[in-house]
Amino acid sequence: MTPTAQDVSAPGEAAPPSDRPANPPRAFSVFSAAELQTALKKMYLIRRFEEAAEDAYQRGLTYGTMHLSIGQEASAVGACLPLGPSDYITSTHRGHGHCIAKGADPARMFAEFSGKETGYCHGRGGSMHIADVENGNLGANGIVAGGIPIAVGAALAIKKRGLPNVALCFFGDGAANEGAFHEALNIASIWKLPVIFVCENNKYAMSTSIERALSVKNVADRAVAYSMPGVIVDGNSLTDMADAVMAAIERARAGLGPTLIESKTYRIRGHSRSDRNRYRTKEEIESWVARDPIDRFEVELIAHGLATAAECLAIREAAEAEIAAAVKFSNDSPLPDAADILRGVHTPAEAKP
Amino acid sequence: MTAPLSATTGALPIEPGASRELSFAEALREAMGQALEADDRVFLMGEDIAIYGGAFQVTLGLLERFGHDRVMDTPISELGSAGVAVGAALAGMRPILEFQFQDFATLAMEQIVNQAAKIRYMFGGKCSVPVVFRAPTGSGTGGAAQHSQSLEAWYAHVPGLKVVQPSNPHDAKGLLLAALDDPDPVMFFEHKLLYKMKGPVPEAPYRVPIGKAAVVRQGTQVTIVASAIMVSRSLEAAAILAEKGIDVEVIDLRTLRPLDTETIIASVKKTTRLMCVYEGAKTLGIGAEIAAMIAESEAFDYLDAPILRLGGAEVPIPYSPVLEKAAVPQVADIAAAAERLANKRV
Ligand SMILES: Cc1ncc(C[n+]2csc(CCOP(=O)(O)OP(=O)(O)O)c2C)c(N)n1
Repeated sequence: MTPTAQDVSAPGEAAPPSDRPANPPRAFSVFSAAELQTALKKMYLIRRFEEAAEDAYQRGLTYGTMHLSIGQEASAVGACLPLGPSDYITSTHRGHGHCIAKGADPARMFAEFSGKETGYCHGRGGSMHIADVENGNLGANGIVAGGIPIAVGAALAIKKRGLPNVALCFFGDGAANEGAFHEALNIASIWKLPVIFVCENNKYAMSTSIERALSVKNVADRAVAYSMPGVIVDGNSLTDMADAVMAAIERARAGLGPTLIESKTYRIRGHSRSDRNRYRTKEEIESWVARDPIDRFEVELIAHGLATAAECLAIREAAEAEIAAAVKFSNDSPLPDAADILRGVHTPAEAKP
Repeated sequence: MTAPLSATTGALPIEPGASRELSFAEALREAMGQALEADDRVFLMGEDIAIYGGAFQVTLGLLERFGHDRVMDTPISELGSAGVAVGAALAGMRPILEFQFQDFATLAMEQIVNQAAKIRYMFGGKCSVPVVFRAPTGSGTGGAAQHSQSLEAWYAHVPGLKVVQPSNPHDAKGLLLAALDDPDPVMFFEHKLLYKMKGPVPEAPYRVPIGKAAVVRQGTQVTIVASAIMVSRSLEAAAILAEKGIDVEVIDLRTLRPLDTETIIASVKKTTRLMCVYEGAKTLGIGAEIAAMIAESEAFDYLDAPILRLGGAEVPIPYSPVLEKAAVPQVADIAAAAERLANKRV
């Protein structure tokens, strides 16, 4: 087979919801209304979590940096919707959304973000390193592309152990220019590993646009070089993401190896807290604000009779309350004890596997 | 933060116009601007150094002055970019490559360690690799384990590399211009907490020699050897101890390789006590080398107390501020350790 990137829907001109095809997305027949409503709730949890993080920053309460994923919620939740707790993900510096999508507790996440002892990493990791290993999240990563080969390794372990699971790795468009990306895709391909590469192309790596950094038009075009399908998805459509990942999971489970999915999306906020947005226009940002992935999913759910407007509102309010409680939990939590600094460097002898 | 006073930098001649103050970042920017103006072979490469001005804004405004041909944004490709810099240096250019954080230079270790450092020697001295690798280092900004490291000693372990680590704006400019003059590869490490430090910087180009330490405070009882942010912290500690009647000498290494052994030996012979303060993990850090060097030298016989190393804790840098602070020597830690040392006898 000679896979090429298929332009499923040109993301720059993503169709407004009213123009969507009448036949329902596959996700709507695979997942129950309750599961889909949980997905909506996760999108709201992500949005609120990021807003709470931003708010804490603006009030001078945060330490370190943070990378917000507002605008990319569909990509995270859609990709994780077909995954179970025994499937793995690896994430990035922009990882709050992936973490919530994979099932993490926002309270322990916010505590980690705030450097508290009750956080997922006991305050050792912070925003860029939140890991929820019990739920299959092998961690956010401060190193661009650092998680890509790790996901391939998790997939190798899945294969060696004869498990039915997959590993899915998130990374940005910028990461596709690291050697680790190319080496990892090649290894995954020759060994036919059950791994799904999800490139969240939000048009910029920090200030560097894809036009200035990428030798190809689409990251998915690179799949050809590694003999795997390269699929372009409208990353602001939760169902498009879920459908693409379901197909990739089937391929992986059939022993056919990896898939590269390019989720075309947009980061609404700056790269990190120090960004002055000198590299893009206000108009461009506003045009993407108008394609809000949460609104789109809500409209879709309502149109297909999977939720009512009232239910959506209740879901949103529940998410808001949950994040408010998460912030409170974090605020009430203790800081780590400095005397405890050495804990965690090595595995204690009695805990060795 | 208080800059070391120019008067305490002893050895340095203070040029006219030295009363002008620049920040550490501005001093570096001025050095690069002057080098770009003076030498067509000089160009800058790095991630987000052009439009964005660099993660720490060190190259801000240089794109506007010199254009994309000479201030080049690279893709996120540290290994490739380092190799491109090495190749360009071999073929007649004078590249400066900025790593966004020192932590990411680890992705380029191959080109730095296997190629840049060795090419001249392996090729029988037939060519040189005049490249400068700049990188922000150190903790104190909440960057956590992968954005806070102090791995200077790794590079200082590699024959063929020079390793520079300025502690103030004056030296930042002078050492960067010296690094650019140098025909061989130079690792140039900039502590993040120093970028905003202000200090006198002469406008005209000048060089601070690579391989020469500075005695930044004269003292008689204890020698503290430090570099980068640990110099200002040691000076603060020395000021605290002075009030207690303990007279500390502070040496700013400025260059980790080649090490200015002469200055350290002379100081230890005078004070008879040595303490090495550094941010990287204590074990196998730069202080280990200095301690061993003194143990092998004529200064050993002069020691009145065991050499003391005050290095970073043996942990990846933690995120939470309470832990992060505890992971590296702070002023109070330095003062307490130096006081202990001053009162100790062999
Ligand atoms: C190896 C490495 N190089 C550089 C960086 C600095 N950095 C952090 S995020 C980033 C941009 C990443 O862009 P992309 O992969 O597209 O992800 P996005 O931020 O757009 O989500 C850069 C340059 C890093 N963290 N790691």
